[in-house]
Amino acid sequence: MTTGTARIEARFAKLRDEGRAALVTYIMSGDPDLETSAKIIAGLPGAGADIIELGMAFTDPMADGPSIQVAGLRALKAGITLRKTLAMAAEFRRQDSETPIVLMGYYNPIHAFGVPEFLAAAKASGIDGLIIVDLPPEEDEELCLPALEAGLSFIRLATPTTDDNRLPAVLANTSGFVYYVSYAGITGAASADADTVATSVARIQKHTDLPVAVGFGIRTPDQARGIASVADGVVVGTAFIDALRDSLDDTGAATAATVDAVLDRTRDLAAGVAGAKRDGKS
Amino acid sequence: MSKLNSYRTGPDAAGRFGIHGGRFAAETLMPLILDLEKAYRAAQADPSFREELDYYLRHYAGRPSPLYFAERLTEHFGGAKIYFKRDELNHTGSHKINNCLGQILLAKRMGKTRIIAETGAGQHGVASATVSALFGLPCTVYMGEVDVERQQPNVFRMKLLGAEVEPVSSGSRTLKDALNEAMRDWVTNVADTFYIIGTVAGPHPYPELVRDFQSVIGDEAKAQILEAEGRLPDTLVACIGGGSNAMGLFHPFLDDADVKIIGVEAAGDGIETGRHAASITGGRPGVLHGNRTYLLQDEDGQITEAHSISAGLDYPGIGPEHAWLNDVDRVEYTAATDAEALDAFQLCSKLEGIIPALEPSHALAHVAKIAPDLPRDHIIVMNMCGRGDKDIFTVAQMLGVEI
Repeated sequence: MTTGTARIEARFAKLRDEGRAALVTYIMSGDPDLETSAKIIAGLPGAGADIIELGMAFTDPMADGPSIQVAGLRALKAGITLRKTLAMAAEFRRQDSETPIVLMGYYNPIHAFGVPEFLAAAKASGIDGLIIVDLPPEEDEELCLPALEAGLSFIRLATPTTDDNRLPAVLANTSGFVYYVSYAGITGAASADADTVATSVARIQKHTDLPVAVGFGIRTPDQARGIASVADGVVVGTAFIDALRDSLDDTGAATAATVDAVLDRTRDLAAGVAGAKRDGKS
Repeated sequence: MSKLNSYRTGPDAAGRFGIHGGRFAAETLMPLILDLEKAYRAAQADPSFREELDYYLRHYAGRPSPLYFAERLTEHFGGAKIYFKRDELNHTGSHKINNCLGQILLAKRMGKTRIIAETGAGQHGVASATVSALFGLPCTVYMGEVDVERQQPNVFRMKLLGAEVEPVSSGSRTLKDALNEAMRDWVTNVADTFYIIGTVAGPHPYPELVRDFQSVIGDEAKAQILEAEGRLPDTLVACIGGGSNAMGLFHPFLDDADVKIIGVEAAGDGIETGRHAASITGGRPGVLHGNRTYLLQDEDGQITEAHSISAGLDYPGIGPEHAWLNDVDRVEYTAATDAEALDAFQLCSKLEGIIPALEPSHALAHVAKIAPDLPRDHIIVMNMCGRGDKDIFTVAQMLGVEI
């Protein structure tokens, strides 16, 4: 059975054969409560998610906009911890051995867990990769190198400020895929522009053979279609979080509509991604 | 651990002080952070930078600040001889101006056209707004809603100086959340914006450069005490939130082995209550706001809220160099409660005619604990890093007085 980086590579290989880009869905683990969150995660692959990014809630998410900030607070209030997030991933993994799961968040909860203990637990829970916003290549010895050693992907963010001189450093220990951040800013704050993104993706592809997924500012099926025609993956986060939020009742609790709100949005975006023209990429 | 030859050589090339410090920043900011380091090295090598900074420190900020023998407090405690380094007499009323002048000159060198800052008590916000007015740059200051409420005079001051004050409603609505929001602004406006961080924290090189700009406090104090007493002090005392006034006083003395150095954190309602802001006394190492340091956090690595009567100390972390100075046992870190600080605030006002800010009132509260038992020839230098005008509303409320 393929796990870790190999599971991510197998997924991108399969999509390449199908001639389409990946839909990477970000949701906050434990939002709005642990049970609903588990149901959403279980339903994501069936709704068209190719890779699941599971947000690890943190009290001080410095790179996130209001939607994801509040989602993290809802999850924390519902009692989420890193340990419970791993348990949720493990439960998912018992049903699905092919869909990669990537944890995304900030370093301190992992630091508090202990890096060796965390990596062992993450592997045992079927986690395949990590995206840690506040660990640039300058801090690779903290977690990136030990994660690679453990067979997990360390997926780096490249941004509009990452110039050609810096790209090699950013890509050096990246594996699985590269996550291109479409604009300088926080999540959910602006819109990705497909033409600008196309140029940036081409620039990154000159430096690496890894798939390039693009995130930040992709909310609609149309935008997803546009980005999917120029990149290997489309990452959507805030749009799901907003759909989830809009389904909650006045007290912030899940309703009968919550799971479907997220999964319907997933289906819409998957259709957008599937509708992309991928010149010379199939 | 063997004794170091010098405690003044940090940070290393990776920005570390022992295990603390580093560059735990989002990729969008990294190129800028590396640029800042380059610009700072170039400025350090350029005598005209130091000359310009010295000019403004002297003629605009009013340095050097006096070293004052607090005779009546000394008599009152009946022990050690107490000196205040009067950084509350600086323009804008605190030590914060030292750092802001240094950073805005760097911003100018880097061609940045917009200033952002975070503030807790409002002193750093006022100092940032002041230097922005002086150099004609637009300035946005992020301030937690709770702090906006308890530091109204400073909010108005910043507005008078032409700054925009953005109240921050996320998280605990205090200093740490103001920092988060300033970081979010910075990541969005990275090309034209210079972030003036107010304390010795953040990603490298901030802890180093803020320390360097604040070291003027200790350099002056050293020369002044030698002139007044013909010898170095026995003990230095300063309050610590992020720790910039303390680092500024301490750093020039770190290699003077006979000088005992004490940092005083905010113990809030008392360390044992859990309602405090004492990161070293009551926290453990973690990563937040670009550096590793002691943090108030729960089992799961979630940051817990700090509590202090003093908005300037109400922060769940501490500068990484302090964290390291604790680990290598060069500096002793202790804490004073809200109640102790409030007593010191009143005592100092009555006996010395100096209304101290609530922040240095914590330092004075510790002086009050140790001075009576020390011999009369024992010299204490305490950093009076801010004046208390801004705090009179908070203090009046605590004392049950309506203004």
